[in-house]
Amino acid sequence: MKLVVTVVGVDRVGIIAGVSTVLANHKVNILSINQTILDGLFNMIMMCETESDSTKDLTTIQEALTQLGTELGVEIRAQHADIFLAMHRVG
Amino acid sequence: MLSIDNILETNQMIHDNKLDVRTITMGISLLECASSSGTELCNRIYDRITKEAEYLVKTGEDIERELGIPIINKRISVTPISLVAGGSDLTTYVPVAEALDKAAKAVGVNFIGGFSALVTKGATRADRILIDSIPEALATTDIVCSSVAVGSTKTGINMDAVRDIGIIIKKTAELTKENDALGCAKLVVFCNPVEDNPFMAGAFFGVTEGDSAISVGVSGPGVVKHALESVRGESFDVVAETIKRTAFKITRVGQLVAQEASRRLNKPFGIIDLSLAPTPAVGDSVAHVLEEMGLSSCGTHGTTAALALLNDAVKKGGLMASSHVGGLSGAFIPVSEDAGMIDAVSCGSLSLDKLEAMTCVCSVGLDMIAIPGDTTADTISAIIADESAIGMINNKTTAVRVIPVPGKTVGEVVEFGGLLGYAPIIEVSPYSAAEFIARGGRIPAPIRSLTN
Repeated sequence: MKLVVTVVGVDRVGIIAGVSTVLANHKVNILSINQTILDGLFNMIMMCETESDSTKDLTTIQEALTQLGTELGVEIRAQHADIFLAMHRVG
Repeated sequence: MLSIDNILETNQMIHDNKLDVRTITMGISLLECASSSGTELCNRIYDRITKEAEYLVKTGEDIERELGIPIINKRISVTPISLVAGGSDLTTYVPVAEALDKAAKAVGVNFIGGFSALVTKGATRADRILIDSIPEALATTDIVCSSVAVGSTKTGINMDAVRDIGIIIKKTAELTKENDALGCAKLVVFCNPVEDNPFMAGAFFGVTEGDSAISVGVSGPGVVKHALESVRGESFDVVAETIKRTAFKITRVGQLVAQEASRRLNKPFGIIDLSLAPTPAVGDSVAHVLEEMGLSSCGTHGTTAALALLNDAVKKGGLMASSHVGGLSGAFIPVSEDAGMIDAVSCGSLSLDKLEAMTCVCSVGLDMIAIPGDTTADTISAIIADESAIGMINNKTTAVRVIPVPGKTVGEVVEFGGLLGYAPIIEVSPYSAAEFIARGGRIPAPIRSLTN
């Protein structure tokens, strides 16, 4: 399934390294990375892909990322890309 | 390809503007459960609901987690019980309500609706048993919701039923007075009800439906308000366009959730209810959307026009986003469930009369309105008659969900908790309509031409 990983918080060393490591450990391939500063906060968006379609695997990834987020002091979310595609793409 | 702005916008809607999917509702036909034995009937109802809805909650939670959008409630709607229980030997349908409650709790849903009777023209023996059972049924169960249809554009208004329901609402309030008449919050009186409504307390699964279906009710007043903040001072053309675009996006999420739930549960997709359903949380208010259009307080002059625009634009924007639209689609104005409405009543800018005017253009009717405990049954019936007349003449769904709170009067506040919120008691007219209500009979169906 296609995943969108978003990271929001105060910029610091090691965010990309940390997130990439967790994703790699869970066999998630990163397709693109995009980042911007919005309202003074670091916003990073990663388009990713995983071979597994199961909710259970996604939950495991989400839990690992949430834990990393707590360690780094940022909010990390992993969502199925469908919600964004449904909202912003017609057809 | 998705842009970074698209992704941030969606997540801002969810996390800052409280966008959620209000409910996934599974409609289940209980017609096949009919039995001459009351015990057998209740057993069949319990078995059918627990079998059909076994995975409803888990599926909802899975989708919620995958997409990262809250799905607040999972609910069940069933065939109006008066139609299912009519052939049984029961003389009260309280045991059926208890079976519904037990089954709904067993599968873990938040509410089950359909303890209902459709008496728009006349009542059968079963309809009368059901209506008489409502107070005790709502007092002895926790998550069963009840509704009664008393009128429609095609049939006129059944004023005998209107009279009886006033008494039933009073009895329900009395039996649940320990909880500030909470039972009345689970009872809706309809004119022109819809058969595929996923929203409570008025959901039931109509007889024109199949064995089962998945319907989804979306929400998102906070998102609409946020979008309107960016067009302050602009013309209504821009306001309408902005609401339409926002409603489209909200509804696309609802459609996605409905499709997924339908596929995973292997049940047909029913409809999306394109509704702006508020919650008492700050930032999730329909009243605040109206105020964002330029009204200093909801309920002042201009409110009806603002609501008319909002209701229409939500439907127009949402229609293209979904393959099947139904339910009550539009903007809900439940007082106790909307922080802005609560404030407007508290400061005196929103009255029952203005709410009645607003129901001419909103999606439903007088909803979650706490009235003084000493309001008579006649007055409640008269409120229902007025509201039904608006629905009947304007060919729209209208409903009444009022709560006469025992021992409380104007100026006091009643707390229902959770999604039901809290409400200041609102003033009703002190002048009696007793003789009007005592007449009974039917108000004839209206003419459909010469509509000036």
